[in-house]
Amino acid sequence: MEFFQAIFNMSAASFAQHMVNGISLGSLYAMIAIGYTMVYGILLMINFAHGDIVMMACYFAFFGITVFQIPWYLTFVGVIIATALLGVVIERTAYRPLRDAPKNSVLISAIGASFLLENLANYLFSGRPLRFPNIELLSQNIAIAGVQVQAISLVIPVVTMLCLVVLLHIVNHTKIGMSMRAVSKDYEIARVMGINIDNVISITFAIGSILAAIGAIMWGIRYPGITPLLGVMPGLKCFIAAVIGGIGNIKGAVLGGFILGLGEILIVAFFPQLSGYRDAFAFIVLIIILFYKPTGLLGEKTTEKV
Amino acid sequence: MKKILSVLLASTFAVGMLAGCGGEKKDAAKSDVIKIGVFEPLTGDNAAGGELELRGIKLANKLHPEVLGKKVELVIADNKSDKAEAASVAARLIEKDKVKVIIGTYGSSLAMAAGNIVKENKIPAIGTSCTNPQVTANNDYYFRACFIDPFQGTVMANYAYKNGARKVAIIQEVSNDYAVGLAKFFKEAFVKLTGSPDSVIEVANYQTGDKDFSAILTNIKAKNPDAVFAPGNFTESALLIKQARQLGLNVPFLGGDTWETQEFIDVGGKDVEGASLSTAFDREKATTEEAKKFLDAYVKEYKGEPSALTALAYDAYLIAIDGIKRAGTTTDSVKIRDAIAQTKDLETVTGKTTLDKNGDAIKAAIIKTVKDGKFKYLDFVDVK
Repeated sequence: MEFFQAIFNMSAASFAQHMVNGISLGSLYAMIAIGYTMVYGILLMINFAHGDIVMMACYFAFFGITVFQIPWYLTFVGVIIATALLGVVIERTAYRPLRDAPKNSVLISAIGASFLLENLANYLFSGRPLRFPNIELLSQNIAIAGVQVQAISLVIPVVTMLCLVVLLHIVNHTKIGMSMRAVSKDYEIARVMGINIDNVISITFAIGSILAAIGAIMWGIRYPGITPLLGVMPGLKCFIAAVIGGIGNIKGAVLGGFILGLGEILIVAFFPQLSGYRDAFAFIVLIIILFYKPTGLLGEKTTEKV
Repeated sequence: MKKILSVLLASTFAVGMLAGCGGEKKDAAKSDVIKIGVFEPLTGDNAAGGELELRGIKLANKLHPEVLGKKVELVIADNKSDKAEAASVAARLIEKDKVKVIIGTYGSSLAMAAGNIVKENKIPAIGTSCTNPQVTANNDYYFRACFIDPFQGTVMANYAYKNGARKVAIIQEVSNDYAVGLAKFFKEAFVKLTGSPDSVIEVANYQTGDKDFSAILTNIKAKNPDAVFAPGNFTESALLIKQARQLGLNVPFLGGDTWETQEFIDVGGKDVEGASLSTAFDREKATTEEAKKFLDAYVKEYKGEPSALTALAYDAYLIAIDGIKRAGTTTDSVKIRDAIAQTKDLETVTGKTTLDKNGDAIKAAIIKTVKDGKFKYLDFVDVK
């Protein structure tokens, strides 16, 4: 009842504005969710440090542009490279030594890596928020038929879709992608077949971190406050997005990201009095979807290996 | 082993008691000093705030060293930013040091921890910057020099109304008691001023740590408010205002004293220009004689800008001295309490201070706005 009333009361411009907001937020979630899903697909572990890698990338961008005054396009390339390296280093130091340990140990190690990054950032950069560098070209406002759109909000979905296409190509049509798929099916066998699984895993982390860096840059332009705990909530939400879509499935992660982002915006749009319960929405959707489809929307049924 | 321990413990107690006796004997002697306890967090999480307030109290003591012909002696006690410690430190100030008045503290929870102790011992305490309403509620012996959280809400409602706002939206950080308190009293005051419950067109909530406010802002924009009251943490508030501007919601944003940080301006950039907030003290608009004396002394002693905390602590000392003076006694703490409760139009650094029936300061609030990347004095709101 209230729902229909809300729809009728809403002008077309407002609705369009909400949709633009939702798509932009959803694309950001999708971008970061892919990183979770890739690592899970290969290692069957949740890389809890992924959100904190996003946070570190924001700081890299801050230092490049604001502190060292490097032009933003060059900085972004640097940020992507530095973040990829960070991801690989984390994998080498925190996860590789535990390759043959029980999965739970790796999970705990991931939580440890996450805390380490958060506290390191707190120690190095202090807990006081910094401003993500302003890039006029991307942060400017464009008005389209009464809808105010920030340039970055148009860029975000395009970049996300581009990344998705490139990624699907890599995974499905290249040699390294084939190795990835092999490792994800069964890495013991893959190893026996002569695949250098350490390399494959490093590359997976590098790709995941590159996506995290691109996501972080777009996140920073859209929400320009940088703090050491910046990655916690997006990390959690994107993890949920990955699970909703079916963890391990790249298209699923993107789908989950959009469901979550659009859902969060639209629930506030239609039920303004629920604005304080936005975060709860993500968890409720997660519970409902897992209840009916435990493997997520696009997840495959797998039999547990014993 | 047990025996040795108990002997050790017993002897420790004995020595402690002896020491206590020694202290009391000296205090009991007729003296020409009156002791005022300074109750502040000088170590721990709140040490920075405690330190700034201690400066104010010391400065005030330097400029007003005597009352009723007796020298004021400050007994400085560290409550260590710890609630349990705060209670025992307050008890020690009263029982061992025999202070007649206590000044402090930074942090409402620390003040509340000492609340019952000052009440039971009938020793008046004057809070510096503890703004939670609970500090003075149901406690006749706790007063404060600062205004309380709800008061700021009322002040901003008056300010908004005065500047022509008739339809406002409220966006509150719902997980923060401070913001919810401000929002509640803003709403009450604004509805009373306009005489219409529809004048607050929307109350939207967000959680601490939220980054995306586009949905609530789009809703609010559709309702065309004249102004938005958005009390909350400075990072979230700066992002909120930025996104409002991006969505083309170009109405004034109002907030509370938490906004008064450099980070608010750093993160918000040009988008927070024109955002206004209420605060207790502004250096450029130090209107009273006392404020001029305070500023001169501060610059001489510490250099740089005094913070609102230092000014409020200075005022707390003035309230104590004024109360003692009017009570005409330096020994009867109940009479001193009654006199403090009557504080009216006392000239202090942060304007004229009057205490209401709860013991909270009623004073004009200062409205500041962001202009050219700095907080600038804008207006003065008196609420009767």
